[in-house]
Amino acid sequence: MTRTAIRFHDLTLGYDRHPAVHHLDGEIEIGSMTAIVGPNGGGKSTLLKAIAGALKPLDGRIYIDQRMAWLPQSADIDRSFPITVFDLVAMGLIPTRGLLGRIGRKDSAAIEQALDAVGMNGFEDRIIGTLSGGQMQRILFARLLLQDAPILLLDEPLTALDSATATDLVALISQWHAQGRTILAVLHDMDLVTRIFPQTLLLAREPIAWGKTADVLTPAHLQAARQMVEAYDPFADYCARVA
Amino acid sequence: MMLYDLMIAPFADFSFMRRALVGVIALALGAGPIGIFLMLRRMSLMGDAMAHAILPGAAIGYLLGGLSLGFMTAGGLVAGFAVALLAGALARVTVLREDATLASFYLLSLAGGVVLLSLKGSNLDLLHVLFGSVLALDDATLILLVSASSLSLMVLALIFRPLVLECVDPVFLASVNGHGGRVHLLFLGLLTLNLVAGFHALGTLLAVGLMMLPAVAARFWCRGIGMLMMTATSIGMVSGLIGILLSYHSGLPTGPSIILTTGMFYVVSILFGSQGGLMLSLIRRPHLRG
Repeated sequence: MTRTAIRFHDLTLGYDRHPAVHHLDGEIEIGSMTAIVGPNGGGKSTLLKAIAGALKPLDGRIYIDQRMAWLPQSADIDRSFPITVFDLVAMGLIPTRGLLGRIGRKDSAAIEQALDAVGMNGFEDRIIGTLSGGQMQRILFARLLLQDAPILLLDEPLTALDSATATDLVALISQWHAQGRTILAVLHDMDLVTRIFPQTLLLAREPIAWGKTADVLTPAHLQAARQMVEAYDPFADYCARVA
Repeated sequence: MMLYDLMIAPFADFSFMRRALVGVIALALGAGPIGIFLMLRRMSLMGDAMAHAILPGAAIGYLLGGLSLGFMTAGGLVAGFAVALLAGALARVTVLREDATLASFYLLSLAGGVVLLSLKGSNLDLLHVLFGSVLALDDATLILLVSASSLSLMVLALIFRPLVLECVDPVFLASVNGHGGRVHLLFLGLLTLNLVAGFHALGTLLAVGLMMLPAVAARFWCRGIGMLMMTATSIGMVSGLIGILLSYHSGLPTGPSIILTTGMFYVVSILFGSQGGLMLSLIRRPHLRG
């Protein structure tokens, strides 16, 4: 018996009945590190959103019974809100401390440590509106650290970052992997995927290939992914493969 | 002696002045923090529209029970909360954005409320409802104002974290805790409560003034949310004091005097505020090293 972190059963996701991810079956093992790659509009973010519970499947099911932390793509953060870096990172404690829990000395130390780990110590009292894009992403990683979740869902965590920031954050992701956490990350940098991620899911509406990265990222598969029809058909018929 | 006559004697001599002061301070305490959240969530217009929405509710209460505290309060609470929910719901299900919906509600509420009041009331009652009567706060009204601000401060303390989180990062709140929507509803409830309390003293037209003007003025002096709330509350309370005294010595109507005083703070803040005040942009200061 494999130790399964997430299991998809005939999963179809979409908006307004038009599927963005079609009939996905399979499992993510505990402690595995999977890159989700594929063309824009291929359903990568939609899949993470559904795993995080923010989108109801059109069909099928997702089985998951561990706590997870989700970093959405270009998170919907109101950067003009006058909240300090410390307070934003401290929100990572909510899953364990609750909404009303006290933040004790130990927690403050943990927050400092998380900021240290992302190279942002000294920024505690800065208002988030004064941060650059890369600094903000580091802060969000510090919050992920505090969430201390066994499953991590990262949606394009490295987009629009300079190489130093990207390198630091990739090191953190590898560290999480080494700690035995399950990682699912949407990425566009194929070199990075090949170097770091043992598993890859190539998604273009439908799963084109899923398995060891080297087996997935073949020219034939990538070609197949590129053939995906971008626009949905407004007059689409019912899917014939309804289970 | 001069200062005593100017600032102390009016309160020492007249109990209605003391009551007015207590009432306005209670209002400022509740309205300050709420105003800050309204401003930060870009819901300033929402506060205005809801303040007007109270009018038809209070008018129906008036038709049923005359100038009765209980009836008009209940009517105002129900109408204000209903409009808040309805505006949010309409914005979700129709093509209209929330601001357009609010503007429509605001106009309809004002017109409808005045018509309802005219069915039974005199012009004096209408003036009372539109502009309040700070100088005629009886025991029951005063208890209502103080209870409303106490309750809203306590509830606000309780929901502070999720409320901030819902403003900053709603997706995150939803992903770690499913109660985000409820926090918003509670906040709307507090907003309505404070507006209804404010309506008894300042009327439906000016109630929102003690909420929004201090909040906007505070934005020019500090950045952290805690300081913002304290500054706004202080500006509200000081404006209340100055406004009441101003009206006492000059014979001007009290409610408008209070709001004009907050307006003065607002103008001074825009001009001289240390956080983005206009004067700052005129003075050319050398940039820093790092």
